[in-house]
Amino acid sequence: MKYVDEYRDGELARRIAARIAAEARPDRRYHFMEFCGGHTHAIARYGIGELLPPQLRMIHGPGCPVCVLPIGRIDQAIGLALQQRAIVCTYGDTMRVPASESLSLTRAKAAGGDIRMVYSAADALKVAREHPDREVVFFAIGFETTTPPTAVVIRQAQAEGLRNFSVLACHVLTPSAITHILESAEVRQYGTVPIDGFIGPAHVSIIIGSGPYEHFAEEYRKPVVIAGFEPLDVMQAVLMLVRQVNEGRAEVENEFARAVTREGNLAAQRLVAEVFELRERFEWRGLGEVPYSALKIRPAYAEFDAERRFGLVYQGVPDHKQCECGAILRGVKRPTDCKLFGTVCTPENPMGSCMVSSEGACAAHYSYGRFKDAAVVAG
Amino acid sequence: MCLALPARIVERLDGDQAIVDLGGVRKPVSLALVGDAQVGDYVIVHVGFAIGLLDPDEAQRTLELFDAMAAQAAAAPAAAP
Amino acid sequence: MAGKKDYLRPIDFRHGRIDMNHGAGGRLGAQLVDELFARAFDNDWLRQGNDAALLELPAGHRLAMSTDGHVIAPLFFPGGDIGALSVHGTINDVAMLGARPLYLAASFILEEGLPLADLKRIVESMAAAARDAGVPVVTGDTKVVEQGKGDGVFISTTGIGVVPPGRRIGGALARPGDAVLLSGTIGEHGVAVLSKRESLEFETAIVSDTAALHGLVAAMLDAVPEGAVRTLRDPTRGGLATTLNEIARQSGVGMELDEAAVPVLPQVEAACELLGLDPLYIANEGKLVAVVAPDAAEPLLAVMRAHPLGRQAARIGVVADDAHRFVQMRTRFGGRRIVDWLSGEALPRIC
Repeated sequence: MKYVDEYRDGELARRIAARIAAEARPDRRYHFMEFCGGHTHAIARYGIGELLPPQLRMIHGPGCPVCVLPIGRIDQAIGLALQQRAIVCTYGDTMRVPASESLSLTRAKAAGGDIRMVYSAADALKVAREHPDREVVFFAIGFETTTPPTAVVIRQAQAEGLRNFSVLACHVLTPSAITHILESAEVRQYGTVPIDGFIGPAHVSIIIGSGPYEHFAEEYRKPVVIAGFEPLDVMQAVLMLVRQVNEGRAEVENEFARAVTREGNLAAQRLVAEVFELRERFEWRGLGEVPYSALKIRPAYAEFDAERRFGLVYQGVPDHKQCECGAILRGVKRPTDCKLFGTVCTPENPMGSCMVSSEGACAAHYSYGRFKDAAVVAG
Repeated sequence: MCLALPARIVERLDGDQAIVDLGGVRKPVSLALVGDAQVGDYVIVHVGFAIGLLDPDEAQRTLELFDAMAAQAAAAPAAAP
Repeated sequence: MAGKKDYLRPIDFRHGRIDMNHGAGGRLGAQLVDELFARAFDNDWLRQGNDAALLELPAGHRLAMSTDGHVIAPLFFPGGDIGALSVHGTINDVAMLGARPLYLAASFILEEGLPLADLKRIVESMAAAARDAGVPVVTGDTKVVEQGKGDGVFISTTGIGVVPPGRRIGGALARPGDAVLLSGTIGEHGVAVLSKRESLEFETAIVSDTAALHGLVAAMLDAVPEGAVRTLRDPTRGGLATTLNEIARQSGVGMELDEAAVPVLPQVEAACELLGLDPLYIANEGKLVAVVAPDAAEPLLAVMRAHPLGRQAARIGVVADDAHRFVQMRTRFGGRRIVDWLSGEALPRIC
């Protein structure tokens, strides 16, 4: 695969790893947060952690839209299927997230809900066209990468005069989440999460550009390196962060220059601005209520807003008392710090969303990395 | 955070639709977000939409940067990780 | 005095459909069996027309038996169909014990409304697969369920085979130091089937690898002393990762794999990337994993590569002493990860 395989070269990886080891000062520790769940997944899947020097630690951030999706929103989607008898179309990632009453979208489907997994928002539109007699709701989750496609289909639905299509909009914003972490008590006052820099999301940045991160570099004096998703991109970004820290710089650097520009995709930004506006507040699982961190559908497109159409009320649902997803999402704790990890909470029986989504810190550690927790003797 | 991959546009269809090719697998996607993309261009594909163009010159520069890093590592003796 | 022979209109395979009468146990059902099943499978046992088949078995051998239900949708996919799959799958399960497959039984649950043209195509495909494999379908059954209660057709096949004296092959016999061999490229069957699912809509030249492996197994077992092959298993649902974890658990061992050694076709890699799936977890229907004594590895690889179904056979890893029974892998990238059990359905993802 062109533009993919070249960025997975193991030999180059070893050499960049050697560079990192050479330049990371032995007398200090480095903590970098990879904001984005895709990077968490890549680090786990390629075993990158092993290639980094011991004084350098990666902290998993909350950039996993399924992980931060509150139970209350899944309940809304389930309610639309089971009570309102709407056809609910959703991306595969949400199907197994545990919700209230021991349900999940998969279990609600088994209970008779018409819930369909789609690969694209456009597929949901297709379902609406094919079933003019049924209400069809698209459960729209995701960060800025996934929002423009939702905007496109809402406009298309309007252009076609589709009467039975609506969207349950749960799109969230990256800069807000980063601010929230940097403003959180743990970081600001107690220094429990000593974040020295961020690896910025790859694909969100294609849409929003590298510009929005300049604020963090300036305000909070934290370096940000936007990295592509391939393992070499991640290694390279780590090296660039180490250099910034060593040199006392706090800048925005773009390692993913092959796809990210400073302005981003303006056409996509315009489309999103036309269809969506900011919500004053939105609950993020693990982070609590975050102001101006999510989007809702503008009045001009009100008929496609499932919340208005079905008169939905949001009901927050607290997590299991011992679930540490919140702390893990904020980078304050590790999966192994959670009492439920690997005992009650496993990928088969996820207690919180960090375990359900394959990019959740817990799922990634459980699936790819838990051998590190145990001493293994090879034969 | 998102599963997105670089694929080559091989055919434009009606409206905003196009067929892209990734490693020999073809898929229809929407070009609604990358209006000026042409056949032969590489786009980043996410959930059935092209969300941006891939710049081949930058891609090459990035690979050269990796190589330069690697050369540096080879030149200077490095501490074992 | 000879009476006029009963006249039954021949079945209209082109336009007809299964209806509730076919399942009533009457003349129409019998006609379906005669004109389609018996004619296609065509062997002495079926010609006898009894409810069970009387079988001969070689003396001194033990019986191996396996059964499988096939509920695949769509019924026809690139490289195969539910019929061929049901024959190959059961033959393979029997062969994985080191048994020589001898006979098959097949039971069909037909959905009211199933086009007879489709049924004929499926049955003829099964018959061809059985003939090519040299394993006849000697007995069977059909039932009909109401529309909406079946996915066109469900097929259950049961196979029996014989294991020569002194042979012990099983999942609990892997030992640290054993070599882990794989007969070829992975992920094709699953990708071929996924490519036909409407909502995923991608075009690929990948075809299912569905095949009967008993010939390959026989060649392998002939090439090395008894006992050198500890375990044989075909990585079907859940893929290679699941199969290796099963063996690790049964044998109480771990494994260390080399990602670079696992053969995957570029198009399968690409399709999996697009959907966010991992080829290690995708179903195969014509491949096998063999855990073998270390010095049997090279001779076996040579034999496998000489066989049409084993051309890309590879050594992919080694069995390790590990109380945790982890299947670990050195990634192509140089890092290390575990290859865990699959949990739940593998779904395409956005993230």
